[in-house]
Amino acid sequence: MTLFSLLVQLFITFFKIGMFGFGGGYAMLSMIQADVVTRYGWLTSGQFTDIVAISQMTPGPIGINSATYVGYTSMVTAGYGHAWGVVGSFTATLAVVLPSFLLMWLLSKFLLRHKNHPIVEQVFTGLRPAVVGLLMAAAFMLLTRENFATPSQPWQFYISCFLFGVAFVGSYCYRINPIALIVACGAAGWLLF
Amino acid sequence: MNPYFDCFRTFFRIGLFTIGGGYAMIPLIEADVVERKHWVKKEEFLDLVAIAQSAPGVFAVNLSIFIGQRLLGTRGSVVCALGTILPSFLIILVIALFFSQFQHIAWVQSVFKGIRPAVVALIAVPVFKMARTARITRTTIWIPICCALLIALFGLSPIYVILAAGAGGYFYGRFIEPTDE
Repeated sequence: MTLFSLLVQLFITFFKIGMFGFGGGYAMLSMIQADVVTRYGWLTSGQFTDIVAISQMTPGPIGINSATYVGYTSMVTAGYGHAWGVVGSFTATLAVVLPSFLLMWLLSKFLLRHKNHPIVEQVFTGLRPAVVGLLMAAAFMLLTRENFATPSQPWQFYISCFLFGVAFVGSYCYRINPIALIVACGAAGWLLF
Repeated sequence: MNPYFDCFRTFFRIGLFTIGGGYAMIPLIEADVVERKHWVKKEEFLDLVAIAQSAPGVFAVNLSIFIGQRLLGTRGSVVCALGTILPSFLIILVIALFFSQFQHIAWVQSVFKGIRPAVVALIAVPVFKMARTARITRTTIWIPICCALLIALFGLSPIYVILAAGAGGYFYGRFIEPTDE
């Protein structure tokens, strides 16, 4: 792919994600994944999961973190070198926040005044359950061989499932800090794999 | 102090110190913007949070844009958004530059093999938490499940799901369950 068309695609992809990314960072993940992993193959599902891990351990919103990372990595993976990687990350990050600026005008004039308007409420009644679905899709789509191995590699597969269970219970039932869980599972991976 | 610089500095600090992103930022933004700086009143802040949440895009950036706009107009919104974005942009850039050199080392790969299942779990947890705040019941649970299947199994773009859900909510409210107004 030529340099220019890759940059344009990065821009369009992240602009769309910024434009339709309702429901916060995690819900945006399924959009990022649908385009970046499934459609264009800029990253593998394993690389994508690594970005989410890095995003959770570093400051800042996940949408910005992943745009910056994907922009850089897709350019470098396509063979354009580090400087173009920086250009790619700038392009993707700009693209993901640009719709927010454009929508601000509309929102501050329209939504602020009509927040309790029945049509706005009706639309959001429909959006809320769909956003839960988006999040569910993101989780489904990450249940891959790259993230969990296969039963043909029983050692890695069952330990992966166990770590999944530990992280789920730790976060959901005991509200353990996600960073602590990531560090603990990373240490387990270092010892066991 | 230059008001633009003051805004930038405040949001840069917020962007720098909120690990976990998004909603983890609310209390920090509130402490700075409402209690320390008195830029917006408490009730107004809650309104802005509600709008930033319902708007698409990155929540913390939306919120900083709204507050910047309220304080210093369009230029203020650009300055506040930049402050929020810049710390994570720079940090991720540095990580991206070096991670490509690290990731082939055997022990780094082992560490990430352990981390990956945990991350998938951390994405699965908010599904259940959000299902509760979105008031999903036994009669509406089919909606998120259908959306998830369409995206994950049939490769439908999440954008169409969002558009269809918004339209569906509108038509449902308009024709099937009329409101009092």
